[in-house]
Formats: sequence, structure tokens, C-alpha cells
Amino acid sequence: MALKKFVVGVFDDEHNLFNAVRKVRKSGYRLHEVYTPFPLHGLDREMGLRDTSIHTAGFIYGLTGTSLAFGFMTWIFTKDWPLNIGGKPHFALPAWIPIMFEFTVLLSAVGMVLTFCYVCQLAPFVKKHHFHLRSTDDKFVMVLDVSSGNSESEASDFLSGLGASEVNVQVAETGWWLGTYDREQKLGLSREPSH
Amino acid sequence: MALKYESQVRPPLVVGGKDYHQVTEDIVRPIEAQPSRLWWIGFLISVALLLFGVYSVYREVVYGTGQWNLHKTVGWGWDITNFVWWVGIGHAGTLISAILLLFRQGWRTGVNRAAEAMTIFAVMCAGQFPIWHMGRVWMAFFVLPYPNTRGPLWVNFNSPLLWDVFAISTYFTVSLLFWYTGLIPDLATVRDRAKLKWRKYMYGILSFGWTGSTKHWQRHESLALVLAGLSTPLVLSVHTVVSFDFATSVIPGWHTTIFPPYFVAGAIFSGFAMVQTLLLVTRKVLSLEEYITIEHIEVMNKVIVLTGSIVGIAYLTELFVAWYGQNPYEMWAFMENRANPFSPYGWSYWLMMSCNVLSPQIFWFRKMRRNITVTFFMSVIVNIGMWFERFVIIVTSLYRDYLPSSWATYYTPTIWEIGFYLGTFGLFFTCYFLFSKFFPVIAIAEIKHILKRSGDTYKENMDVVEKKAVDEVYEEAHAAHH
Repeated sequence: MALKKFVVGVFDDEHNLFNAVRKVRKSGYRLHEVYTPFPLHGLDREMGLRDTSIHTAGFIYGLTGTSLAFGFMTWIFTKDWPLNIGGKPHFALPAWIPIMFEFTVLLSAVGMVLTFCYVCQLAPFVKKHHFHLRSTDDKFVMVLDVSSGNSESEASDFLSGLGASEVNVQVAETGWWLGTYDREQKLGLSREPSH
Repeated sequence: MALKYESQVRPPLVVGGKDYHQVTEDIVRPIEAQPSRLWWIGFLISVALLLFGVYSVYREVVYGTGQWNLHKTVGWGWDITNFVWWVGIGHAGTLISAILLLFRQGWRTGVNRAAEAMTIFAVMCAGQFPIWHMGRVWMAFFVLPYPNTRGPLWVNFNSPLLWDVFAISTYFTVSLLFWYTGLIPDLATVRDRAKLKWRKYMYGILSFGWTGSTKHWQRHESLALVLAGLSTPLVLSVHTVVSFDFATSVIPGWHTTIFPPYFVAGAIFSGFAMVQTLLLVTRKVLSLEEYITIEHIEVMNKVIVLTGSIVGIAYLTELFVAWYGQNPYEMWAFMENRANPFSPYGWSYWLMMSCNVLSPQIFWFRKMRRNITVTFFMSVIVNIGMWFERFVIIVTSLYRDYLPSSWATYYTPTIWEIGFYLGTFGLFFTCYFLFSKFFPVIAIAEIKHILKRSGDTYKENMDVVEKKAVDEVYEEAHAAHH
């Protein structure tokens, strides 16, 4: 975890946001992140974020589920304990389709959710710095990283010019830490940013 | 932005001129307010029912399934009827949240959260029945394929009853994950507004440290889409597998290939009816009429009349095929044990017919679809009908078996069988009351997402923009043509 200095611009509406993101990227400021109360389609592209591959992970988990279910049932019914059920074939593939399907879905869903939680670093008792409390309500919060040289005041003016209704400077942890939200636990806020 | 184009003829889905903050206020208000007297009364009644259910189950565990009136030949009675009924109800939530997400139906956002919660609680109730029906419930884990000291003797993977174990447990898990991942951003909204210490603490834990960063939203959206894609076949598979419990047997009345689609349609039918019952009360009590509008109620009534009619066609097809197939046992099961109103259980068949097939037909009239009293009344009727559907399928196929000397016994439930059923109502409503108190009953982020497109104040402006866009496309195409 590193302490960094940020300039935070708060936008009241998403209309300005797309335009602002475009201008920030052209200007050469380092766009740390944009926090929104709901998903804005296309904002990820505008910010130049790579597409997520979480669906690929889901596909791999699903395939694992299918093969595990298939392999396990085949091994049990043809090798480990071939059970004679009314003289039907031991290798009864059509009868296994329901379980293979369910297991595919199960592994894919559970795997994807766990992966999602891992890559987004989400878990109970995980705490992260919040730049603006209303970013989960109705504000759209754009955060510029100014720890590497950019002037704070310049960046603040720049954000105001883009239509931010409120601009401030914050020094914050970029990672997460264990904590609860009922107390102040911002680690090392008093320290100066370390470059 | 152009991903979701909405037709101009669609009425707004959010009324009352809301902005983003107002949406948060409206939906979070019940969580932050003290529970009302009505809430306490409802909650305590539910807990009382639950306790009665616990006692009924306790009697069954201590004294055995003899506490129920199950006998030769009715080995499945109220318990399996209730199981199928609850599982069926549990289908609407995932249908709304998954299938309607894939179909890009904007109206789902108003109702999906509560419907998904209902799904989870209904599946929890459903699961009780096969588990306690086992009798020696402490051996319930025998249904899982684990290495054991009995050989290892594995479970029978060819049996539909085992498919059911996998189907129901997968369905429960996936629905829970889908519901909870959707809840995380909204719980963060509650957390960030919280003034009370314990609320900040609790919702801080529950919201997993969600910040709302764009990258996280991007993954969240992708996750929701893939989970919806997975849940769509899953929801269809669950009741299909439940129907296999019957259809793969050789009992006349059960041994029919029509069961999977017929069961799935019936499940959606009863699930939507339960969603109506719950939401009509919820929107009134929590004053959410501007989010769960009369439009939402009307669309759901359309789904009810559609699925009710599919179920009706299935009933008639069954009768036709019984006659057309000319199998004397099949004929007897359908024509004598069910359709003959003067046979011992004939009344239940006609009760089912009138509740499920005839009465929903009033929803062909717009006036009826938009009448809240009628809708509420009908939603209860439909669920009574759907309960009797399962009762008819199970009991009328079993109570007269191949040996006429064992026909004499008329199956009626004992008080403990009824108590168990009432107990699951207790479980269901206890969970629902807690949910409506502590969780946002409407997906806040999703409502905000559609607000600019479907909110009444924005929609007019958007219509102008969209019309202009359409005109431009038309002109371009026109110009290219010449």
C-alpha cells in the first residue's frame, strides 16, 4: 500500500463526465479512478480501461465443472463400483447430463463470484479509502493522481473548468486494509506522500 | 449509451420526477426508520408460525413419518406437494432477474431484488420437505457422493432424485450469489449514508468494502451478465428435473413427456403470482408506488395470463393424449381419478382447473390487469390453484394403485403435516420481513441506471433526442439510396 496525493473532482451529473474524462486523458493528467453510484456504460472505454476477462474465467470454471462431473461419474460407474441398475449400461451418458449441467453452472458461478471478489478486493471487513461519501448516492467522483509532480492547484483549476462542482485535495491509501466503517481508520493520513 | 434503446410507446417506469438522490432516499428510508407496528405484528405472526412448524417437524423426527398420514399407497402426500409448490414459486425471481436481463426488459429493475429474495426464501422452504421426508434426517448427507466406509458405495447418478439434489442445491447457491453480488453496491449506499455506529459497522461488513470504481462496475456488469446467462438455462433445468422425479417413473398420470415444459410454465405462473402478492403489499407498506408502478403490475399480469394459458393447454393435452394413447391405465388415471368430478378427488382436479386456467383469463382485460384488488385476489387464487395442481398430480396418481383392495383409504393430512406446511410459511415470511427491514427492497443502482431512460421527467427529453437520432439515420439511409 502506498500513500498518494490526489485531486478529487465531484460532478453532479454524468453528462459532463464523459467529456471530462476525454479531456483529462488528452491533458496528460493521471486519471486514478472514477467512482459512480451506478454503472455508466461506455465510461470504461472512455477511460481506456481494458475489457474485463471475468467471463473467460467463468468459461474455464464451467468447463472444469463439466469435466469433473463427467470424469467422476464415469470413474465411479465403470471402474470403482459398477452398479447394475436394471441391466442398463454402466456408461449411461444421457442420464448424467443433468448433473454435468448443474455442476458446470455451479462451478462457473461460484468461481466467477470468488474471482470477482478477489480481483476487486472485496470481502467482509475490507476497508478502502472513500474520496466522497456520496459517490454511492448521487455524485460522480473523478480522482486525479498528482503524487508524481503535477501541481495540485493547476489540477484543481483544471477539474473546476471541466464542470466539477466541488474540488479538493486528499492524501490517501490506494490499497485496502482490514477495518470497519464505524471508526476512522485511514492509515497514515498524517504522513507526507512517499514518492 | 445506445445499448438500450427503449420504445417511445413505453410508459415511464419511475414516476414522481425523481433524481438520483431522491431514489436513494426513497428506497433506503424504510431501513433507516423504526419498524412500524404493522411490521412487528406481521413479523411476530410469522415467527409464531415458524415455531409451530419447528414443533411439527420435531414430532416427525422423534416419532417418525408415521406422524403424517402417508400410507400405502400415498407415500408422497402434502410434503412433496409442498416441496414442488415452493420450488415452483422460487422460479419467478431468477426468471425476472436473469431471463428478463438478457431480454433487456427495463421493468425488471423495479421488482427484481424482492423477487430474487423471494426465490431464495422459497427454495429454502422447498428444501425442508425432501430433507425431513427422509425420516432419519441425521443421515441426510447420504445423498452426497462422498468417499465412505460403505464400500465406498456411491449414490445413484442415474436417478432423478439425485439430479434433484444437484439441481436444487445449485439453484439455491447460484440464486444466492446472484442476489448478493447485486446487493453489494446498494449495501454500500446504505453504509455511506449511515449515521448510527452499529449501522455503519454492519453494512460496512456486508458491503465488502465496495467503492463504486468504474473498473469494479465494469466487472460487476460482466459478472451479472454471465450469471444471468448461466441462470437462464438453470432456472429452466430446475423444474425440468423436478418434473423428472415424476416423469421418469412408470406411474400412470406421471409417466408423460409433457411434464418438463408444463412444470416450468406452472412454476413461472405461480412464482409471478407470489411476486404479485408480496409486492402489492410491499409497495403499499413501504410507499414505493412510484417505483413499482401499475405498469409493473400490468406486465406481470400479462405473464400470468400467458403462463396460465400454457398450463391450461398442458392440462388439455394430457387429457387428449390419455384418450388418444388408449392405454387403459393412463385413461383410468386421467378420466376417472382426475377428470371425473364424482370420483373421490375429482373436486381437487376441478378446483385446479378453475383456479389456474379459467380465472386468470380475466387478465385479457386491461382494466382487470390494472386493478390492484383484482390482482391481489387473483395472485392468491393462482397459488391455491397451483398447490392443487401438485396435489392432483401426486395424490390422484397414487391413491388408487394397481391393487383395488388397497383403494379404500382416503388420504387426509394430520395436524403435523399441516403444521409443517404452515411452518414453512413462517420461515418464508420471517425471512421476507427481515429482508424488507434490513435490505433495500429495490435495486437502487439499477433504478438509477434506468432513470434517465425510463424516469418520467427525463423520458420526454430523451424521446426528442432519440427521435432526432432516428431521423438522422433515416435521412442517411435515404440519401445513400439515391
